[in-house]
Amino acid sequence: MRTVARFALIVFLLLASAAMGAERFPPPDFTDHKVPATVVPAPRAEWFQDVDLAVLVLALGLASYLAVARRSRRGLFLLAIASMLWLGFWRGGCICPVGSIQNVTLALFDPAYALPWTAAAIFALPILFTLFFGRTFCAAVCPLGAIQELVVLHPVKVPVWLDHALGLLAYVYLGAGVMFAATGTAFVICRYDPFVGFFRLGASANMLVLGACFLVVGIFVGRPYCRYLCPYGAILGLVSRCSKWAVKIPPERCIQCRLCEDACPYGAIREPTAALLPVERSHGRRRLAALLVLCPVLIGAGFWLGRQLEVPLAKLHPTVRLADRIHLEQTGRIEGTVDASDAFRNTGHSTDELYQEAVSISSRFRWAGGWFGAWVGLVVGAKLIHLSVRRRRSDYQPDRAACVSCGRCFWYCPGEQARQGWIQEIEPMAKGS
Amino acid sequence: MSDNQEKLGRRTFIVDALRVAGALGIGGAVTALAARKGHGGQMVWQLDPAKCVACGNCATYCVLDESAVKCVHSFSMCGYCDLCTGYFRPSPIALNSAAENQLCPTGAIKRTFVEDPYFEYTFDERLCIGCGKCVKGCNAFGNGSLYLQVQHDRCQHCNECAIAVACPSQAYSRVPAADPYLLKVRGQPG
Repeated sequence: MRTVARFALIVFLLLASAAMGAERFPPPDFTDHKVPATVVPAPRAEWFQDVDLAVLVLALGLASYLAVARRSRRGLFLLAIASMLWLGFWRGGCICPVGSIQNVTLALFDPAYALPWTAAAIFALPILFTLFFGRTFCAAVCPLGAIQELVVLHPVKVPVWLDHALGLLAYVYLGAGVMFAATGTAFVICRYDPFVGFFRLGASANMLVLGACFLVVGIFVGRPYCRYLCPYGAILGLVSRCSKWAVKIPPERCIQCRLCEDACPYGAIREPTAALLPVERSHGRRRLAALLVLCPVLIGAGFWLGRQLEVPLAKLHPTVRLADRIHLEQTGRIEGTVDASDAFRNTGHSTDELYQEAVSISSRFRWAGGWFGAWVGLVVGAKLIHLSVRRRRSDYQPDRAACVSCGRCFWYCPGEQARQGWIQEIEPMAKGS
Repeated sequence: MSDNQEKLGRRTFIVDALRVAGALGIGGAVTALAARKGHGGQMVWQLDPAKCVACGNCATYCVLDESAVKCVHSFSMCGYCDLCTGYFRPSPIALNSAAENQLCPTGAIKRTFVEDPYFEYTFDERLCIGCGKCVKGCNAFGNGSLYLQVQHDRCQHCNECAIAVACPSQAYSRVPAADPYLLKVRGQPG
């Protein structure tokens, strides 16, 4: 035992200074032993990706048919469960259209990253379907939406002002996701996906708790992630405004019974507007003019503020963080080392190179932060303008941007029930009754 | 009335045309982006053994319960040492395969006598958890023939690899799926 320890010590003294992984012991020439070849498992077949794409197209088509043509709540619900089981639990939820925003962004900004065909298609397909059929992707294809759709048991109405305010978060999150992907820092949308841990049946405790919180909140507030955070939902909401055949509630005419408004757990039904008095109209016009002037100011202020965030934002980049750590260690302001700084010293690169790289990344963040701030300013300004523009509505209609085509309102609409033959023809209700 | 309808028809036509143009634009832009680099194939995660410091994060941060990262052995680089510092704990009690002498927490490495004084070390992949203890030992005192690799029969291809986020040496990167391993070869640095 002693000899072994001594031998180990001698080996250590002889070799500790040698370069890592050097050929310290020349491989032997065996007389009659064949040196095995290194074996690594073959990657799983790529055709799985094509199957995923085919499933996505099929599910999008089916969801659009069920929502727009068939108007079947039951069909949409079953399809949502099927999507959750297949795309979520069976395929592990990666890569999804929500996360693919970042792949597309990275491909735009990083010349070294090649955008895979599947990621490109997964990003574009739901947008194209939404352009024609509204947010049918959210209704029954997205596994994140489906898992929240399952838990909406006791929806309460979110106050309108709160709904509008929280709705801005999704656009801010979209901006942040794009900023961090463009600077090559992280894919934050994937990192903070609250439900993928459930699909994979394993994640860090923090993320599982976060996911569970979303589901518990989702019992009372319908689809909290979709409405207030999902960056892809924000994009689809914008696209859905221009959709051709988005979901309509009554098949023919609205009898203003307001049942759909009660049935919608997502606060997506807009009530008919009353005619405005001339005084109100001129007042509104003046407010709109003021907001149109304010919007560029907000964008400019956001840009300036965003540029001030350069240092804290850049710290999120691993290279900047490493440079910071090395600097602190070298100036003796911090004791000891961490794995990252040890690993850096092992590479033998000079600290100057590292600092230069960190400075260049940091300067990238000065611009990225500025554009992010400008985006937030634009989002706030556009929201204010949108709120002050009045649209004329004579019937109860779903807000195309907010409606996820879940189909609940169909079930409740007496017009739809008459069309299905469940009840007899109905008379329109008198206004104000 | 007919004038109105004509206006409506024209309006619908223009809006439809814009919509189709938008669809073609989005589709075209994304296609151009994917086609720009030529191959457009799948990208998968792999770790560069030259950068790896065998910190052990691969075993714990993978989204799979049993990590997708496992140890790979380049036999052609191996010194076939009797005292393998990838196999034995520091100061082992005896140079034999008793559990108390082994570095591997799961006993995944098998030591077989070849000819004096050489021993061959083979892996039972099912037992390896990718902790990198053997990698650290082999790199420190041996030839560095043991190293970690993402096993692509197990990897879930997460859009953002959880281990890559936790990796202290930024050893993870996306590599083309057609050539998904960064294997060490004898005589090549790294």
